[in-house]
Amino acid sequence: MATIPAGRKKKQKHGIACRWAFIWGLGLLLILIPNGLGGWLQRVEGAEGELTSKMATGGSAPGAEISQEIAALASQDAATLEAAVLALGKRNDLQLLPLFIALREGGLYVWKSADGGSQIVIGGEILTQGETKIVPLFSAYGKQPLLDAKGQILQVPLTELKEIQANRNLRKIIKPFIDDLTNRLSLFSPDSSTRRASAIKLGQMGDPASIPLLTEALAAESDRWNRYAIEAAIQLIKLTDADPTVRRTAARRLGELGVEEAIPGLQKLQDTTPDGSGGDPDPTVREAAGQAIKKIENWAIFTRVVETLFRGISLSSILLLMALGLAIVFGLMGVINMAHGELMMLGAYATYVMQQWFVNSLPASLFNYYFLLALPFSFVVASGMGLLLERCLIRFLYGRPLETLLATWGVSLILQQAVRQIFGAANVSVVSPNWLSGGIQILVGVYLPYNRLFIIGLAVVCVIITYAVLFRSNIGLKIRAVTQNRSMSSCLGIATRKIDAWTFGFGAGMAGLAGCALSQIGNVGPDLGQTYVVDSFMVVVTGGVGKLAGSILAALGIGSLNKIFEPSLGSVFSKVAILILVILLLQAKPSGLFALKGRSIEN
Amino acid sequence: MGKVSASLFRTWLPFMIVALFLVVILPLLNVLPDEGAWYRVSNFSLNLFGKFLAYAILALGLDLIWGYTGILSLGHGVFFGLGAYCMGMHLALSIGTEGVYRSNLPDFMVWNRVTELPLFWKPFYSFGFTLLAVFLVPMLFATIFGFFAFRSRIRGVYFSIITQALALSAWLTFNRNSLNLGGTNGLTDFKTLLGFPLQNPGTKRGLYIITAICLLGAYLLCRWIVRSRLGRMLIAIRDGENRVRFLGYSPAEFKLFVFVLSAGLAGLAGALYVPQVGIITPGAIGVLPSIEMVVWVAVGGRGTLVGAALGAVVVNWMRSFLTTHYPDFWLYFLGGLFIAVVLLFPDGIIGSLRQLHRNYLRERSFFKRKQAALAVNP
Repeated sequence: MATIPAGRKKKQKHGIACRWAFIWGLGLLLILIPNGLGGWLQRVEGAEGELTSKMATGGSAPGAEISQEIAALASQDAATLEAAVLALGKRNDLQLLPLFIALREGGLYVWKSADGGSQIVIGGEILTQGETKIVPLFSAYGKQPLLDAKGQILQVPLTELKEIQANRNLRKIIKPFIDDLTNRLSLFSPDSSTRRASAIKLGQMGDPASIPLLTEALAAESDRWNRYAIEAAIQLIKLTDADPTVRRTAARRLGELGVEEAIPGLQKLQDTTPDGSGGDPDPTVREAAGQAIKKIENWAIFTRVVETLFRGISLSSILLLMALGLAIVFGLMGVINMAHGELMMLGAYATYVMQQWFVNSLPASLFNYYFLLALPFSFVVASGMGLLLERCLIRFLYGRPLETLLATWGVSLILQQAVRQIFGAANVSVVSPNWLSGGIQILVGVYLPYNRLFIIGLAVVCVIITYAVLFRSNIGLKIRAVTQNRSMSSCLGIATRKIDAWTFGFGAGMAGLAGCALSQIGNVGPDLGQTYVVDSFMVVVTGGVGKLAGSILAALGIGSLNKIFEPSLGSVFSKVAILILVILLLQAKPSGLFALKGRSIEN
Repeated sequence: MGKVSASLFRTWLPFMIVALFLVVILPLLNVLPDEGAWYRVSNFSLNLFGKFLAYAILALGLDLIWGYTGILSLGHGVFFGLGAYCMGMHLALSIGTEGVYRSNLPDFMVWNRVTELPLFWKPFYSFGFTLLAVFLVPMLFATIFGFFAFRSRIRGVYFSIITQALALSAWLTFNRNSLNLGGTNGLTDFKTLLGFPLQNPGTKRGLYIITAICLLGAYLLCRWIVRSRLGRMLIAIRDGENRVRFLGYSPAEFKLFVFVLSAGLAGLAGALYVPQVGIITPGAIGVLPSIEMVVWVAVGGRGTLVGAALGAVVVNWMRSFLTTHYPDFWLYFLGGLFIAVVLLFPDGIIGSLRQLHRNYLRERSFFKRKQAALAVNP
């Protein structure tokens, strides 16, 4: 028998894993290189303007002309009043919004003060003091509270006020001003998501009158995805333009942008009737709409593939986190720990306890850092429980896997009930720190939540830590030695019992970390462990015992397949399908993907 | 002649006594004494006991596969559920138009806007077909599952985990409304069985007697199997599967046989359970119920058929007592039972008693020898 050099043997051993890792890495890169997709990703062109705050700070004094126009509102003559309102409406001044609303809804008064002067004011909520009705006053421009000499809010009896009545005609004139100003208020709001939502809403309303406002907002917008939303809204509105050239360019642009919401509008333009009478009167527009729909649909398919991939990877990383501890304990010690799910649950509850401690005894400014402390805390809690379990129970059962399974199941029931009695049977709420909420948009229609990204990162880090502990540390060397040959290790002076305990503690700690991660994405309740334990066992069984690579591969496979099946089969039947696949896989490889090859027969 | 009668006496007398007690005396105690007499068995107790005896049938099958063949199946709730649902479907169809909605469809279908009876429900109008299905559906399912599992030599812990995943999948599937089996609420509100009203004490007594007879029959069948050469084979597989293989036998067929048989017994248990309890939900077939069944066998004593049946009755008795009196305590108790039975009493009740008996015999023979030696040279 020719001896193979050790180096080459090693290469062969890691070959499959390396190849898989390479394929997955390549897939990830393809997804994450934003512009490497042949013009699919259209940057929204336009001047990169800083968002200039259109919101004049409240309380600034109105200009002389505005003051005059406001004063004119007191006139009895309907024509003068209308002219004043129109003049004010043309100003596009956000500070005038409360005035318009007050004029339309009632609550705009002429106030003849005691010193004989009269001014236009906005009245607040009418209060009743004994017999008299009292109204707090606000300035007409910007609705700032008016103060009396003592610095208190000015409140005058209703008798001193004369309400300005707006007739139906005037109310009709005011309405567009109010709408326009409200839209402007949200389109130029300091909050980015409000701006985006308002752009999307305007696009859906499809009112051509809002195009100038949107164009103005586009020039001022700095956030890429908000610019995209605004542009999409503009083009959506332009689809119904009277000029066919405008409609055509709008359709093309929508196709380039890949706006899914535009499909109904485009279908109206496209000729769908069999005799060719439907759709847009202009054939070029019809053609452009058809092409745009195709483009958008292709883009949608692509984004769905990307999203499915991401969801698959994210689920895989969760499975991997859960299975790591099991793989260590089961793979290295041959112990089936059915309480593994409950160790995860303890990790999740440790996170909750840490959060409550932060809420109750530390300043609120520190709250967002609780998670950083919760990670090690959950590890410590779960591994402590694991050590206790090993010392009290499992060490009597080495080499009897079925008995261990039953006993640890008993432990899991007791732990569940204990948690139920301490924390209550209902789920507890674990709040994500602000740096884990929200997400990042990498492509049109592809949104990656931060907490999922974090879990993927955590899974990678945990795998690296596990690898380092097992293959690059002194204790790992001992662990592997005990795994391979217990009696020989014992002869060489390794305290095998101690090593067992440490190994078990480490695996349990990994379960705690998994629970901490799970607390960020799902419910934290007494039956958290029950939900996931079967899944994590499936991963270990599929992956095979004694090899980390097997668990990683199995987690990736099961996670991605689950998400690939889910859209067509639903969550339940995709689980069933995966069970069937695992059984079929075990037909070919009875002891998992990566079985330890040996000539000994286990019995 | 005397020898034959002695062996008959030894083996059959205890069985006869138990059979007489279960089938004749208990129902009589339910009927004859006046209300309020201390030795009267109430209708409720008899019905409850009938449920335990149905569980005991399942435990016999589980003991056959775990206690004798060494295969720990954590998915027997599925087979129990299949049998139970077959019977439940027949009972649901027997309601006829007596339901809440006065429709000839079961109530939950009307509720879910199902207009026509699904095809797979139709044969269950026939009681004969239902009786066949109660056995055949779980057995067929076990055949398919077992064939793939045993063919590829999935064993030990791996088999346990796969069957547990099976229980989880079944539970998830049966919970779905689209399956047309009542979703989470299961099948319930049964009225009659073969025309007998189920709420009637007489009907309940009859069901109890049938259950007891089925249990005795199942026990005899299992005893016959474990005392035959086949039974020796099963024990051999438990104690040294590789050796069996090296001796030229194929363990897979034997394992498949015993798996399918125990699935059939589980189906029978489910079918007897449903009319007595009056409801079957997915909650009875999930992961936790399936693994609880294993504990019945462990508590009674693995590898002793009597122990399995006894364990099922004892554990469920404790369960119904504790869940009514100390509801919070039951899970602690069950968990503790799992641990205790593994660490402290691996032989279970019957096993421990036999151990005591053996010790007593050994002591006695030792004492006798000592006496004899003293008599020879004092």
